[in-house]
Amino acid sequence: MGVVGSKLGNLGVVTTTLETAVNWGRTGAMWPLLFGLACCAIEMMSTQASDYDLSRFGMELNRASPRQSDLLIVAGRLTRKMAPVVRQLYDQMASPKYVISMGDCASCGGVYNNYAIVQGVDEIIPVDVYVAGCPPRPEQLIHGILTLHEKVKGERFADWLTEKA
Amino acid sequence: MQIPAALNPADALKGKMADAVLDVKTFRDETTIVVEPSRVPEVLHFLRDSRGLVYNYLSDISPVDYYPETRYDGRRFAVSYHLYSLLYNRRLRVKTYLFEDDPTVPTATEVYPAANWLEREAHDMMGIDFSGHPDLRRLLMPDDWKGHPHRRDYPLGYETVMFSFNAENIAKHKPFAKE
Amino acid sequence: MTMMTHPGAEATSSWEGNIEELRNLVSDRALSGETLLLNMGPHHPSTHGVLRVLLELDGEEIVTCLPDVGYLHTGIEKNIESKTYEKGVTLTDRMDYLAPMSNNAVFSMAVEKLAGLDVPERAQVIRVICLELTRLNSHLVWLGTHALDLGAMSVFLYAFREREVILDMFEMLSGQRMMTSYIRPGGVWRDLTPEFLPALEDFLGYFPARVSDYESLLTNNPIFKDRTQGIGIVEPEDALAWGMSGPCLRGSGVNWDIRKAMPYSGYEQYDFDVPLGEHGDVYDRYLVRIEEMRQSVRILKQAIKRLESAGGGFRSDNRKFVPPPRAELGRSMEAVIHHFKLWTEGYTLPDEEVYVGIESPRGEIGCYLHGTGGNKPRRVRFKTPSFMHISSLGMVSQGHMIADLVAIIGSIDIVLGDSDR
Repeated sequence: MGVVGSKLGNLGVVTTTLETAVNWGRTGAMWPLLFGLACCAIEMMSTQASDYDLSRFGMELNRASPRQSDLLIVAGRLTRKMAPVVRQLYDQMASPKYVISMGDCASCGGVYNNYAIVQGVDEIIPVDVYVAGCPPRPEQLIHGILTLHEKVKGERFADWLTEKA
Repeated sequence: MQIPAALNPADALKGKMADAVLDVKTFRDETTIVVEPSRVPEVLHFLRDSRGLVYNYLSDISPVDYYPETRYDGRRFAVSYHLYSLLYNRRLRVKTYLFEDDPTVPTATEVYPAANWLEREAHDMMGIDFSGHPDLRRLLMPDDWKGHPHRRDYPLGYETVMFSFNAENIAKHKPFAKE
Repeated sequence: MTMMTHPGAEATSSWEGNIEELRNLVSDRALSGETLLLNMGPHHPSTHGVLRVLLELDGEEIVTCLPDVGYLHTGIEKNIESKTYEKGVTLTDRMDYLAPMSNNAVFSMAVEKLAGLDVPERAQVIRVICLELTRLNSHLVWLGTHALDLGAMSVFLYAFREREVILDMFEMLSGQRMMTSYIRPGGVWRDLTPEFLPALEDFLGYFPARVSDYESLLTNNPIFKDRTQGIGIVEPEDALAWGMSGPCLRGSGVNWDIRKAMPYSGYEQYDFDVPLGEHGDVYDRYLVRIEEMRQSVRILKQAIKRLESAGGGFRSDNRKFVPPPRAELGRSMEAVIHHFKLWTEGYTLPDEEVYVGIESPRGEIGCYLHGTGGNKPRRVRFKTPSFMHISSLGMVSQGHMIADLVAIIGSIDIVLGDSDR
């Protein structure tokens, strides 16, 4: 509520820029795709479960369909067999869409520098935030999500127009 | 119910089909019976269905690549069948060695249905052909993958690791995805 | 910069499969368009990861079910071949990521068997504690996700609440929540930390009551019973023939628990029961796992008692295989040499082969290890329970409704990392 709340007086009127309001709305209800690959997906589940409670950030709703989700958390190692699938899921998501690469394997291949693993999911889809760790603790993932929120809050209309998406 | 006394699998097998058994080895209390590849289903049938043996559970099929060495007159590959008998509570390894130019074993799916996927994996990863297998497609790798990754002469695959001193150079060449 | 190109690297998966390729795999009715071919996965919320199932459906009834795995094939076996034995432990964690300690243990025990290395009694007891906590950890995730698949959301939240406590205990032991690499060849990485045992005793105090809580939500729940009873029946003969193990096999009434049949790590000294099912359906497999959690608590309580009397250190004293304590490095030249040799060259093991199988939460996990006479293995292969269970999925799910497939997949408790390695 930070940005909007600070400008709330007793008048019941809020004045802010459209950019701020839209970005605030986007960060407040960023629905992730219900999508897990490997070990990190289990930590992602922990993050959504009772102890860490991701719904504090408006993310309790995991959409199983990419059409309805805003955020793709690539949680786990991405194999060459799986890579076309992930690309297809990303293409099916509606803009604006964001990607968090969770864990070392998704970010850079991790301990698996071998034939089966794509050395970084950024070879397949553009990534907004990288979260390190094998697997990252739930706190780290939450930090990554908040970092993404910061990025989204800084977006400008002018940039949206120039982007192809 | 009277359980028949347990038999020594190696002796029983030699008594029944001596020509199929090449060798019997023991290491750390694990018995390995080396058999001719063409006789594998027959041997497994015998070990599963004989009184006093009853190896009724197939734990694993483990292929090995001895490259660049060879065993038993120039045979490069080996396939180990790890059997277990629930009745007598003991394990047994049946092993067969294969030549590089013709790595073929008759399938064991008739004896143990569990062999179906294990053989498909061995085919995918090691390039071993199981003749008579009902559905010998690739299992783990994509259908159009070339080569058999678990062979010793197949490269592990390695990309230069990114450190701060070479990060710029790698980032220049790395195929980053666009929208 | 040189980037190594790979023989198979240009391969891409085609998604527009040719229907002719499926001849002999599906019935002729599918080729004529009479029945429906449906892809479930690899991205599907209830396949527990990246399992793809090709279904042939007649209305809602499953005619053929063809599972397709490999979407998580990581090349772990091949990667271990390029590392020394000690370093291989790190990779085994990431196979079955719900039961990392079981993977550590089976690989370490295979190395120990190949090396002829003995493990002190105290280390054995610590291993039992870790293995049973891992079983609880894995069963809790299974319970939460299985119930979630069948529409019971709250069980997931409760199960993960208790799981967090177990992960905290793992962190006390090893510094990591999930990928602990705590069990190493020769023993465990370090001794129990002072805060671990009080935390464990506290946990064991309230956990049995929590299991009863879960049961009160599910066991007599008519909706849960309707979805699970009589679904996915596996006859004992089929279960054995298809290589099933663990709770799936015992749910069909076959009494085979490796902890009892071929005891390792001193399991023969613990007093526990092996729960068995009667009907071999989804519900019985559920009951077996719930009871296994109670038995694990029993084992853990006995292990805490045994810890007081167990002799020996937390790892072997054989300096050829196990690094010296850090305190020795400052005083003893020999210790420095051993330390240096172990972390650079590693140790050499004979050119022989061993197979070790232990009871992981999912069933028999086996490690086939073939040495070279050098410091790296020639071949490491893991026989994993999920692999065998997925291979039998077609057999189990035939003739069921498509909604029941979700219950069956949940009840055989698959982990794709375990299956694909």
